[in-house]
Amino acid sequence: MARMGVFRDLAGNRIVHTVRADATAKPSRPQRMLEISHLSRRFGAARAVDRVSLRLPAGCIAGLIGPNGAGKTTLFNLIAGSLRPSEGRIRFLGRDISRAPAHRRLAAGLGRTFQIPRPFAAMTVLENVLLAAQGQPGERPFANWLSPARVAAAERRNIDRAREIIDFLALGRLAGAPAATLSGGQRKLLELARVLMAAPRLILLDEPAAGVNPTLLEVIIARIRDLHAGGVSFLIVEHNLDLVGRLCSEVHVMAGGRMLVSGTPGAVTRDPRVIEAYLGGGA
Amino acid sequence: MIGQILIDGITSGAMIGLGAIGLTLTCGLLRFANFAQGEFATWGAYFALLIAGALGGAAPLGPLTFGWPLLAALLISMGLTALLAWSLDAVLFRRLRRHGNAIVLVIASFGASLALRSAVEFLFGPEPYYYSRDIAMTLRLAPGMRATADQLVVLALALVLMLAMHLLLARTPLGRAMRAVSENPDLARLAGIDAARVVRATWLLGGALAAAAGVFLGVTVQVRPAMGFELLLPLFAAAILGGIGSVPGAMVGGLVIGIAEAAAVPLAGAQYRAAVAFVVMLAMLLVRPRGLFGGRAA
Repeated sequence: MARMGVFRDLAGNRIVHTVRADATAKPSRPQRMLEISHLSRRFGAARAVDRVSLRLPAGCIAGLIGPNGAGKTTLFNLIAGSLRPSEGRIRFLGRDISRAPAHRRLAAGLGRTFQIPRPFAAMTVLENVLLAAQGQPGERPFANWLSPARVAAAERRNIDRAREIIDFLALGRLAGAPAATLSGGQRKLLELARVLMAAPRLILLDEPAAGVNPTLLEVIIARIRDLHAGGVSFLIVEHNLDLVGRLCSEVHVMAGGRMLVSGTPGAVTRDPRVIEAYLGGGA
Repeated sequence: MIGQILIDGITSGAMIGLGAIGLTLTCGLLRFANFAQGEFATWGAYFALLIAGALGGAAPLGPLTFGWPLLAALLISMGLTALLAWSLDAVLFRRLRRHGNAIVLVIASFGASLALRSAVEFLFGPEPYYYSRDIAMTLRLAPGMRATADQLVVLALALVLMLAMHLLLARTPLGRAMRAVSENPDLARLAGIDAARVVRATWLLGGALAAAAGVFLGVTVQVRPAMGFELLLPLFAAAILGGIGSVPGAMVGGLVIGIAEAAAVPLAGAQYRAAVAFVVMLAMLLVRPRGLFGGRAA
């Protein structure tokens, strides 16, 4: 519970309020976090994502699994806004974001991390996290000269919050270090920190366990649980089925660009179609 | 003599550095070489000429050849040229970025450069103008080292503008966002940065600094339609020398080119002055294409 308190502080009022709103709404009508309908993405003649539909309720930790080439990362790119869909729609918290640019989606509360983390190598850890702060007056060309006091005050608040997030993710000692000096696992934590700076409602995690040593993995799992308790939802692409079983309440399986099966982790891993997809080498 | 080369070289180098900042930033952010950058300096100089004329003659300040009207004109001209750079992006480059590749953008900027220069020549004629007809008296700084008061004030103003730009990049959220977009535009968008806004801010800043370089050049030399075009090669040399995308690199690169040009006059003859920037640029591209400050490979 202490950890949750930390998160509430660093996430600010926004998250705390939304948690309350979700809690009161839950008994009657669970709020739809993410709603994807008939989403496709073609590359030439091939459909990397083929008419995929997916619904995530608020407050879920959902897994997305499937053999290599199933279209999981393309689906992430479509949801986060790195790619435009060829057809279909994406609704986030009731709003259609199918055509919104990536920075607007993050501002709306939808963040993502990468399988191979990509920090801004030349910047410090703190600067990397600060980039994602929302509504920074100092990002406007004239504000730095016309209202320096307001810019400085916002910057101080953002730095305090960024430091709390960095501490929360056990990167405290590295705040001033260039991101290029971080290990692979630390870079994963840095990406998560950057996403958290934007106070997200849903985080897309691309293989959080890949290339991370077991000790650091336990830190990542614990932090995902803390954040979930604080009201954040997750969609996780992961090959480590043990991790999926431990964290996820529901699992969606893709193969050959299509959504194959959805269900609980136990049911999905016993499903013959899923076994066939993994053993049969995809579609 | 070395002292004289240094003072002349540093003064013209500071102007080259100012103009090269805009070039290196747009090159770093948008991955294309903007051949119209020099014309921003020309337009800045002519804007200031018009505004200073409209403000009327006032007594020169102390030992300078110009008075407060030119200083006011400098500020207004920086604003107008910033808008010119921004609109050139909005009308031309932004559309081409969506569809075209880097070559298309470079050729388009070359066309824009020709159009902007011809417009100046059409409006003002080919003959040179001066902000003042007063004779600039030289001051003796040290034995064998003389400079006009104009030169010294221009140098001080240029250094202040460079420092301001450096602080903006290093210390403010806008500078942080600009560095992020320069390092990786796609990732910057995913990290929540409005890359389009950062690009707009970069054009505004680059245009304003180029205008200042043009006005300073007009004060110390003269105002001519081809002044910006002739500045273009030194600008590219400075940006490449310092490393594409690096603002401190552009400043230092500008100073090196300025001093090298000034040294070329007594060593090789005045007719080879313009060749120096070219030689430095070629040497740098062959030996260390990432530049002194480790920017992107040119």
